[in-house]
Amino acid sequence: MWTVLSYACWGISIVLALWMLYDWFKVDTTFSEEVLTSSREGELEAVSEKHRI
Amino acid sequence: MTITLEPAIHGDRVSLLRVLGPAHVWALGVGIVLVGEFTGWNFAADKGGALAALIVCWVVGLLYTSVAMIDSEVTSTVAAAGGQYAQAKHIVGPLMAFNVALFLVFAYTMLEVSDAILLGDTIVAKAGVEGLTHNSFIAATIVVLAWLNYRGVLMTLNVNFVITAIAYISIVILFFSVSPWTQGAVLKLNELVTPGNALPYGWIGVIAAFQFGIWYYLGIEGTTQAAEEVRSPARSLPYGTMAGMITLLIAAAMTWYVCASMMPWEYLGITYYPLWDAGKLTGSPLLENLLFVATLLAAMASANGCINDAARAWFSLGRDRYLPTWFSAVHPRYRTPYRSILFLLPIALAFAFIADLNQAITFSILSGVLQYTFMSINIIMFRKKWPLGSIRRGYTHPFHPIPAIVLFCLCVVTFFAIFLGFGSQLIAMVAFYFLISLWFHFYRYKFVRRGDQFTMPWPKPQGY
Repeated sequence: MWTVLSYACWGISIVLALWMLYDWFKVDTTFSEEVLTSSREGELEAVSEKHRI
Repeated sequence: MTITLEPAIHGDRVSLLRVLGPAHVWALGVGIVLVGEFTGWNFAADKGGALAALIVCWVVGLLYTSVAMIDSEVTSTVAAAGGQYAQAKHIVGPLMAFNVALFLVFAYTMLEVSDAILLGDTIVAKAGVEGLTHNSFIAATIVVLAWLNYRGVLMTLNVNFVITAIAYISIVILFFSVSPWTQGAVLKLNELVTPGNALPYGWIGVIAAFQFGIWYYLGIEGTTQAAEEVRSPARSLPYGTMAGMITLLIAAAMTWYVCASMMPWEYLGITYYPLWDAGKLTGSPLLENLLFVATLLAAMASANGCINDAARAWFSLGRDRYLPTWFSAVHPRYRTPYRSILFLLPIALAFAFIADLNQAITFSILSGVLQYTFMSINIIMFRKKWPLGSIRRGYTHPFHPIPAIVLFCLCVVTFFAIFLGFGSQLIAMVAFYFLISLWFHFYRYKFVRRGDQFTMPWPKPQGY
């Protein structure tokens, strides 16, 4: 059982790593660098956030 | 609680998401630290005996209470990702800030590496299968938790809250299962800790024990990294941090009492699994398995919080151009510093596969203590430059400057203790920070937009 679990861990790691690489590529090719790096320190946006709790 | 986020981009800006509350701050701080009760603190017994492990539990508890109070005051005012880095930048200056950010990244990445190695080793020890190695479990721990962090801070810290709470409750269950109100039935403190063996190496053993006493609370200051993602930093950060510190003081006391009452100090000081061993010694399979699972969950919670914190410190460096701005990208959908998370992922994996647990832990502790030393100086400068009443503070810590002085003195003692055990690593690490500071001062700082990095709407500091 532990050996199977060990192989499952390798499998999950590879799948999730590939997914992150794919998503990274997709985001970087969809959005401009100005938008992605537009965060500024100290901005309060709680009031402008549209979320329902 | 369901949160729907319709517009990911507000105008032309993508920022981190403010969705966290005090419980998440608690989960981040306690989650990072609690693994220290499951392994690490007990090596203090090897340095100075069981009583030394208790003395450092309280004295180092004082160090961290000072850290929590100082941190709460400054962070409730400087509410920005990067935590102590943003504090250093506004209060001391860019070079200090650059060093503090590196302390943070090293402390959290090496702690993450230690957690993953611990988790892998624990599973291998439980399995007892010939040829089974820890590598697959290490890889899964680091990659799955990086993925979780990549997908969003709210789910990351919700998970941390649940697994930290389970690990904490397991300590409470163990404590009450061994009838702590009676001696002789299960607990044998009177027999195991006697005047003859309580301090086998005398008071120098107590000093040496400081090095591992840090493990009772290492990482509680990580709560400040959430400053830019909590809904109300001025309220949530002091509340979550102080609640976390109280929680940890109780857990540390219970852990010492149970373990020192069940194992002789010679064994307690060398085992990697003091609480799991205590569960085994009760003779209850249920408690044994509970403490095994809790050890894994504590290691996961710690690694999870460390990925969160290291990525935010790295992200902040990029945002201020202390490193290439490429690192300051925020994911437009998940609102996380995704490039920083991905950049640190292979570094953590590489260290986890090549470094051993002792080396990783020592680098983490060293970077942490360097950071605490900075904090004691930082709060003195903060109060001097912006006295009470000159700017709005979410929390004002009492008895200033006593906590700062206590913190500084205890850091000096801890450095001496580390020097006794890992002198060459201490010198190598200080040399590294010196060289990297030269690189920053003479090369990198010319890329920084000097006016843009100071964002707090504060009045001019006194004396300037």
